[in-house]
Amino acid sequence: MAQEKKTEEWGSRIGVILAVAGSAVGLGNFLRFPGQAAQNGGGAFMIPYFISLLILGLPLCWAEWSMGRYGGVKGFNSAPGIYSMVWKKSISKFAGTLAIFIPLIVYMYYVVIEAWCLGYALSYLNGTLMMGADAEGYSQFFNSFVGIGENGEVFGGGNMLMWLVPATFVINFVLIYRGVTSGIETFCKFAIPVMVICALFVLVRVLTLGTPNPALPDQSVWGGLGFMWNPDFETLLEPKTWLAAAGQIFFSLSVGFGIIVNYASYLKRKDDIALSGLTASGMNQFFEVCLGGLITLPAAFIFLGATAGGFGTFSLGFNALPNVFAQMPGGQFFGFLWFFMLFLAAITSSLSMLQPVIAFLEEGFGLKRHASVAFLGLITLMGTGFVMFFSKGLVALDTFDFWVGTTLIFMLGMIQVFLYGWALGIEKGHKELHEGAHIRIPMFVQYIIKYVSPVYLIVIFVSFCTMNAPDYIETIKNDPVALGSILFLGGVLAFFLLLTHIAGRKWQKEGRL
Amino acid sequence: MTTIGFFIMIISITSVLTLVSFALFKVLSLPPNETESLHGQPDIDTGDLKDPD
Repeated sequence: MAQEKKTEEWGSRIGVILAVAGSAVGLGNFLRFPGQAAQNGGGAFMIPYFISLLILGLPLCWAEWSMGRYGGVKGFNSAPGIYSMVWKKSISKFAGTLAIFIPLIVYMYYVVIEAWCLGYALSYLNGTLMMGADAEGYSQFFNSFVGIGENGEVFGGGNMLMWLVPATFVINFVLIYRGVTSGIETFCKFAIPVMVICALFVLVRVLTLGTPNPALPDQSVWGGLGFMWNPDFETLLEPKTWLAAAGQIFFSLSVGFGIIVNYASYLKRKDDIALSGLTASGMNQFFEVCLGGLITLPAAFIFLGATAGGFGTFSLGFNALPNVFAQMPGGQFFGFLWFFMLFLAAITSSLSMLQPVIAFLEEGFGLKRHASVAFLGLITLMGTGFVMFFSKGLVALDTFDFWVGTTLIFMLGMIQVFLYGWALGIEKGHKELHEGAHIRIPMFVQYIIKYVSPVYLIVIFVSFCTMNAPDYIETIKNDPVALGSILFLGGVLAFFLLLTHIAGRKWQKEGRL
Repeated sequence: MTTIGFFIMIISITSVLTLVSFALFKVLSLPPNETESLHGQPDIDTGDLKDPD
């Protein structure tokens, strides 16, 4: 029988909403979304984007919130326990291992990217990144900064990352040590408003740029907005546009990460989840559409022209935008604000990746906070060190991101849809969602979760694998670093499956399962 | 920027702003959470199990 014992709780309603929104808002909102939109029909992309939000994003969010609170009320905060409460089979807890493994691995490389953002913000403060219109200079700066040329380059001495990564580690672990209310909630209450203010400053700067170079009249604010938003409706006939939109919504809302189930488990039985889930998702969309959609690509187009549409996420963020800031009036200040905002967004996300593992270590093995934080610090340090050392071509980071940060997230998303729609059941799920709810969610949303979302997810997943997996499998065959990364990931997964088995036996002995 | 592009931008931004404003207004205008004062048996520490002898 499950014990109804709560360990930690959120301090306020807005606190948990800001924490979930902070978890979802990250670099993808500002760098990935505009690129995806520009490459898939501009304004026309918003049609499949909003459809995906309605039939995939929001229903999956509500499903995760519901399962999280359901498991939390029964005394579990970690996914293995929560899933075991939702579906009382021994395999459930092993499915929950994925919801610990994914955020743990994503943290290992995300904290490195977080340190890049901090490094860029500091480089604006001391003026290092104000290199004029020399595009090659920004590319060289980035390559040398992240050590893209050679493995171990970062450890060669004199690289800022050698102290930036430890600094971001310390910030994350101090906050996570302080707990859900004093650490995560307090920080998000500070960080989210600061992020909005920083982004609004940059937005006003971009929208008042006019036509900086009179010799190129097309490269104006109006032209930049058109570059981002002018629709090409013919792209709606291409499946890849719909896949890109669904993928963007899926990753943007952080569904399938195992984070929302953990955060929602700290709610009380009568706490609202329907309105909270909607608000957190709405805030994420605000950052993505209203800020990311108006700042990133329009600014890049104004100074770089149509080439702005061809950049990937990293090259747009760390090569193109520094070039843009260097050319705009007041660019040093606005460049600092921009990268500081990205740094804050990254911290609110990385914190949410640590908490599910902390919860598992504490309730699975009875560890005290200092022990669980120390243990987690050791594991993540190994992974982050691996990613930092094998920096050549960013192969290790890319391998981690593809197999865990993308592929496994799809799989966990499908598992969660099954758990909610078929194991828990949509009638029970609907009742659970409306426990303490301040808004009514129509019943047809439950049918969407049960029948439409799984099909949509499977189609996206199969298409995604067909398009991308062959190249990555080939890389594993040919590149020892990619192979080593896979072995590392396999080792960590096997270790956590073992830990889940041990924790499951402990819970059985205690009569909790 | 074309007229249709402008309208799509305005509609997208207005939709998101309306959603987030409605949701935030509703959340912030609710009374604070009630504090639960009832505790289940597992929460009550009587201290008599620590040193049974």
